[in-house]
Amino acid sequence: MKIYADNAATTKMSRTAIDAMIPYMESVYGNPSSLYEIGQDAREALEDARRRTAALIGSSDPSTIIFTSGGSEADNQALLSGAELGRLKGKMHIISTKFEHHAVLHSLKRLEKAGFEVTLLDVHEDGLIRPSELEAAIRPDTCLVSVMYANNEIGTIQPIREIGKICRDKGVIFHTDAVQAVGHIPVDVEKDNIDMLSASAHKFHGPKGTGFLYARKGVRLTSLIEGGAQERMKRAGTENVPGIMSMTAALEESCSRMSEDSKTLTALRDRLIEGLSRIPHSVLNGDPVKRLPGNVNFCFEGIEGESLLLLLDDKGISASSGSACTSGSLDPSHVLLAIGRIHDVAHGSLRLSLSEDATPEEVEYIIQAVSEVVAYLRGFSPVWRDLTSGKKEFIL
Amino acid sequence: MALYSEKVMDHFRNPRNVGVIENADGIGEVGNAKCGDIMKMYLKIDNDIITDVKFETFGCGSAIASSSMATEMIKGKPLSEAMQLTNQAVAEALDGLPAHKIHCSVLAEEAIKSAIDDYNARKKAE
Ligand SMILES: Cc1ncc(COP(=O)(O)O)c(C=O)c1O
Ligand SMILES: [Zn+2]
Repeated sequence: MKIYADNAATTKMSRTAIDAMIPYMESVYGNPSSLYEIGQDAREALEDARRRTAALIGSSDPSTIIFTSGGSEADNQALLSGAELGRLKGKMHIISTKFEHHAVLHSLKRLEKAGFEVTLLDVHEDGLIRPSELEAAIRPDTCLVSVMYANNEIGTIQPIREIGKICRDKGVIFHTDAVQAVGHIPVDVEKDNIDMLSASAHKFHGPKGTGFLYARKGVRLTSLIEGGAQERMKRAGTENVPGIMSMTAALEESCSRMSEDSKTLTALRDRLIEGLSRIPHSVLNGDPVKRLPGNVNFCFEGIEGESLLLLLDDKGISASSGSACTSGSLDPSHVLLAIGRIHDVAHGSLRLSLSEDATPEEVEYIIQAVSEVVAYLRGFSPVWRDLTSGKKEFIL
Repeated sequence: MALYSEKVMDHFRNPRNVGVIENADGIGEVGNAKCGDIMKMYLKIDNDIITDVKFETFGCGSAIASSSMATEMIKGKPLSEAMQLTNQAVAEALDGLPAHKIHCSVLAEEAIKSAIDDYNARKKAE
């Protein structure tokens, strides 16, 4: 059996998304900035995509959408823009969380070097931040709050509407990295009180290297790329029309199937969680309910994640882990450390992110395979020996 | 391109000399759970010859494969020779390791040295 269970890393493009791209490579290949027909046809398509994309996240104003090269670029631009607006007002304090994606965390590092002060909110063991703690952290000089909509590793969904409300009331710009949320759970920039939002096509069956940044009217963006006048001077470079058309089609499809898909997916996820919970000395990472429909993330004590992944790969299962040895750094996932998993346990993590066409049979196969591999690896783990012989105490 | 060579995957999938030696003459454990790899080596020694060796490893593919390879390289060898084993030799015998995985193979060399040290210390104490 071949099971791709790493949809949080990237997804397979849908047929709809592939089909939507082809006309803009084959026939309507003009440059949207050109005045002749084939250019203007591309321009029209592009503006139509902008209008549809805006509508899909609850914005009635197409000019709030800037197309980018993906989630990372959107995150970088959002943070830089929010900071720049703050600097103009002499507000140099930014609030975010400890478990953001590196596109956000590394942008914050850069802003720190540029003189900003950054507060990273704690993430509790359930993988959620507390709005009251955010409220308490906001200062008169706070210019920007950035909290991810849903976490890419443990799938927890933050109380975004409440967070947005707090920021709105305090007059602080609120950005959310919604790369894992858009196309999977309902997102509405108006109702959720969002000022800026990042999204990426390849997380919802669209193409890689395409994404968008939403910025509410009145939130002035700073350009990262200088050049032509594309994207209302906020992002130079000839637009990736095939990618944008494809992304828009993918998002439309994901949103139209969302309520049905998330029902079946949630049921499969919960069965998977139930099955893996039977493995002794294991723990589910993140809140069991406030999480993305397809996300399962476990720690298994006494084993290391990379060897788990390699053996699952041998059984046809593609998954991911937050172990140090899979990342190439010496530290395990900052997300798992942020929710209080100590190193010993964080190394033995496994993330399974199901796709919408996962089946109950696949889920049973995964449960069986993971249970076998964990038991096998524990069989020659000196850590497991120390735990079972009582030399060390179990953490999980 | 796979992450690891065929040789690494072979030793990872079918590790040689896995397990424990109940009355081992020397035991060495190196690494810690913080860094992500832990290796434990058990040696049976007769007349300064390593007659048997077993290992247990908590770690990545590189760590498990290098433990396995290292045990094969020292089994039946005199202690003096085993003491000379380097992680480069282990990595080479595995047809190379990715650059960021070399540190995992260092543990194999260290585990063997630590087990031999343990043996020597015990002998002295006798
Ligand atoms: C939460 C989150 N933010 C940002 C990104 C980066 O998106 P992209 O790969 O499109 O640059 C990802 C995906 O890797 C993500 O999961
Ligand atoms: Zn390693």
